[in-house]
Parts: sequence; structure tokens; C-alpha cells
Amino acid sequence: MKYMLLMQFSAAGTEFPPIGTWTPEEIRAHIAFMGDVNAKLTADGEWVQGEGLGGPEQARIVRAGEGGVPVVTEGPFPETKEFLAGWWIVDCATPERAVQIAAHISTAPGPGGRPLNMPIEVHPVMSAPPQEL
Amino acid sequence: MLARRFGDFATAEDAVQEALLAAARQWPDEGTPANPRGWLIQVAYRRMIELVRAEAARRNREDLVARREPDDRRAAPAADEQLFGERDDTLVLLFLCCHPALSPASAIALTLRAVGGLSTAEIAHAFLVPEATMAQRISRAKQRIRSSGLPFRMPDEADRGDRLAAVRHVLYLIFTEGHTSSAGPDLRRVDLSVEAIRLTRTLHEQLPDDSETTGLLALMLLTEARSPARTGPSGELISLAEQDRSRWDASAVAEGVALVTHALPRGPVGPYQIQAAIAALHDEAPSAEQTDWPQILALYEVLERQSGSPVVALNRAVATAMVHGPDAGLAAIAELGNDPRLAGHHRVHAARAHLYEMAGDRDRAITEYRAAAARTNSLPEQRYLAMRAARLAGARSSSNDE
Repeated sequence: MKYMLLMQFSAAGTEFPPIGTWTPEEIRAHIAFMGDVNAKLTADGEWVQGEGLGGPEQARIVRAGEGGVPVVTEGPFPETKEFLAGWWIVDCATPERAVQIAAHISTAPGPGGRPLNMPIEVHPVMSAPPQEL
Repeated sequence: MLARRFGDFATAEDAVQEALLAAARQWPDEGTPANPRGWLIQVAYRRMIELVRAEAARRNREDLVARREPDDRRAAPAADEQLFGERDDTLVLLFLCCHPALSPASAIALTLRAVGGLSTAEIAHAFLVPEATMAQRISRAKQRIRSSGLPFRMPDEADRGDRLAAVRHVLYLIFTEGHTSSAGPDLRRVDLSVEAIRLTRTLHEQLPDDSETTGLLALMLLTEARSPARTGPSGELISLAEQDRSRWDASAVAEGVALVTHALPRGPVGPYQIQAAIAALHDEAPSAEQTDWPQILALYEVLERQSGSPVVALNRAVATAMVHGPDAGLAAIAELGNDPRLAGHHRVHAARAHLYEMAGDRDRAITEYRAAAARTNSLPEQRYLAMRAARLAGARSSSNDE
């Protein structure tokens, strides 16, 4: 089964400053951790894809207006304390394994090397074969 | 290439597989040779000559024995000898690739690569994962075989039943995976169901007297026969009852029916034969109304006793409804209600929805269809269930308008 893991950057649930204020060592440790996660997922035959996303400053919300014309709202989104920072799609044997991977990603180090404990949403991808009906 | 040179495809295939296996054993330790293709051909060529010589020697011995023995003394071999007597590398390779020490995902990948002869890219594409990920699954499987010290030979007699069951299970998993939808028509994508049938056919040819393998092949053919009618023009699922039966593959049905008819009286009768027999009853019914439900119900009862599977019990409950009416079916589902293995399972909701619809209880049917749609992990199935709910809701509002 495939699962999508959505990494939320939450200012509400966790007390840590934006990454731009970390020390170079802390940033390096964080990047190295993510690199290890991806290498490990590939080595375990579970990696499907994953990307990081641009911050809320670059994000746009689009709705269709009159006659399908795009109506664009620019970020940042002051009303939300959480935003999507990146995602993975993994292909693993059990839902428990997907949860285990998510929990590991959540331990990514932040300031002082402490785990960020970011919330990771785990969504099954609709990829199962249908049963006979 | 070897097959052309020697005019014997099966032996050539074996030789190539042995060469690949030798490569898998040697290359990681000794390094990949400068010309891997040439290396493989040479190793396979040498192995081919050995195999041809051994085959000629065996034939000579048999001819010699046959000439010495009068016809009436040619006794039938013992049952087990008949099943496993001939050493065949394809079979040994299948046993190794489907070894229970491997995870199902690894066993599937290795079987398709080493026995099915698909490229890593083809397998990766079929499973919609990157090639590097699939390559890793295959190499992990090979490493596992090496580190566990699993020998390249037939399993011990005591293990053969279980090991063969593991092989059948892996082939069945490949078959079901073939029904996973992709985003759109994709000509490059290998059809895993077809591949599974091909591999099971090979296994059946090796073990023609193994009735469960025959049953598995029959089940696959009888299921695959319906695939042209299973989806509509926009990729939507069509239920068995509503399929256009003229679009079923008649030759696949005939072959499947013949196989299961041959296997059943020869026993031992296992779950694949029973499922094949059920599929045969569906496939042979001229219309949904003429389906022999009493017979299907009886088969599900046998299957449930054998497997103890809650999903089988659920299918039995639906068959009960088809024979004794929806209330009897709903009562049977209610009895399963406490099985923790079925808790929150979308199939329970889908079965209930179906039976409420049969009973004319639209409101409950709509609620159950929606609950099932929210819980399935299959996109076509979700759309189907949502559509059933929508149809009933539409019928309800139009009848209210009257």
C-alpha cells in the first residue's frame, strides 16, 4: 500500500523559531537527517517520491471566480498557524509501518539538536486493487 | 539466442536463469565483469551444454531401462515422485524466489525478475514506484537468500506442501495486483494479471497433478475472463450482476472450467479449487438471475470451514441472501459483527448496503454505501459505491416528487 506523509510546519504545537534563525550546524544537521530519511527509504525499497515545498510567502490560494477566472489570494496566511512544508509517498507493507516512518520523520532535529516533533499526516493513497463486486 | 542455437527454448531459459543466479551470487563479491552481457551468455552457454548432455544421458538411461522392462512392469511412480520427481530449475527457482523468509513485496519482485524475465524497469512501472526502489527490493531479496544460506535445490519433502503454498500465494498476489487501476491507459505498463497467469501456467506444467495449482490457474482464468466487461467506458466498475456477459472471454472460461472440473475429483480440495468452482458457476450462468446460488452458497460454506476467514464468511452471508432472501443475509452479517478482524472494514458496509438495497430499505442502503465508500482504499471502488448511493438517493427524491 502507498501512503502520503504530509509534513506540517506548526508554530502552534511546537515551540521553535523559523529555520532562518537556527545556527548553520543546526540547519546542516536537519538537512542531513532528511537526506538520511530519503536514502533509507530507497534502500528499504519503500521510496516512491518526496519533495519540500516553498514557504507560505510563495504559496497562493486559487479559486475560480466568475466565468472560471482565477482569483488568487497571496500568502502568508495569517489565519493559519500551520502550513505544508513537504511530502513523501512511501510504498510499504502495513499501515503500522507508515506510522513508524512518519514518527521517525517527526524526530527531525531543530535548534539545539532537539527533535522538532512536527505533526506528520498519514494518508492512504487510493491505490488498492478493487474487489469483485 | 541460446534457444536458437540449441533449438530448445525451455532448456535455454533454464540455462539463462542459472547464469543470472550465478551473476547474483558472484557479482556483488567479485565485482561486475567488464562485459556483463558477454559474461552471462558465456556462462549460460556452458550451462546449456551441461543441461543438454544431462538430458541426453537421462534419455539414454530411460531407453535402456524401458528396453529391459516388459511393458506390464512399468508401474506408476509413487504420488510424490510423480509430483516432484523431475528436477527442473524453473521450479527450484520459483521455490527460492517465493521463500517465506522473503517479504511478500520482495518475493513478488524477485519472481517477476528471475522467473518472469521482466526487466527491473518494467516491474517498477507496473507497481508505479521508481526503478531505484524496485532495484533495491530485488537486491535485498537476493541478499536475504544469500545470507540465509538457502540452497538452490528442491525443498525437503516435509516442507514441500508449505513451500508450494507460498509459491501459489505469491502468484495470486501478483494476479490481484494486476487489477489495480493506473491513472489512465498505459501501453508501456506490463499487465501483471497476464504475467501471473503465465507464471502459474508454468508451475502447472511442472506439477500437472497438483490439484491446488490447477485450481489457482483455473481461478485466474475464470476471473480474468470477465475483465473486458468489468469496467465501463470511463473506467467505472461494473458489478458482476450488471456486466455484459457476451463480452466475457469464452475461451478462457472454457479452459478454466475444464481445469477445475479435472482437478476437483482428484483432490485434495483446497481454497483455490473452491474459489475456482465458485467463479465457474458465475461464468457459466447465462444471466445473473440464472446463477446457481444454492451451489455457490454450499461452496462458500466449505470454504469458510476450511479457511476461517471473515471475508469468506461475509461472502457466504451475501450468498445466503441470494438463496434465502436479504433478511437471512443481514442476520448472517449481524452474527459476524463481533469479529474484530472485520471491525470498520469497508466490505461489511458494502455487503450490508447491497442487502438493504435488495430488501428495498433505501435509507439504510444509502448510509451503508456511503460508509463503505469512505473506508475503501480503491479509487474505482470508492466511485462505484458513491454512485450506488447517488442512484438510490436520486430514485428516492424522484419518488418523493410523485
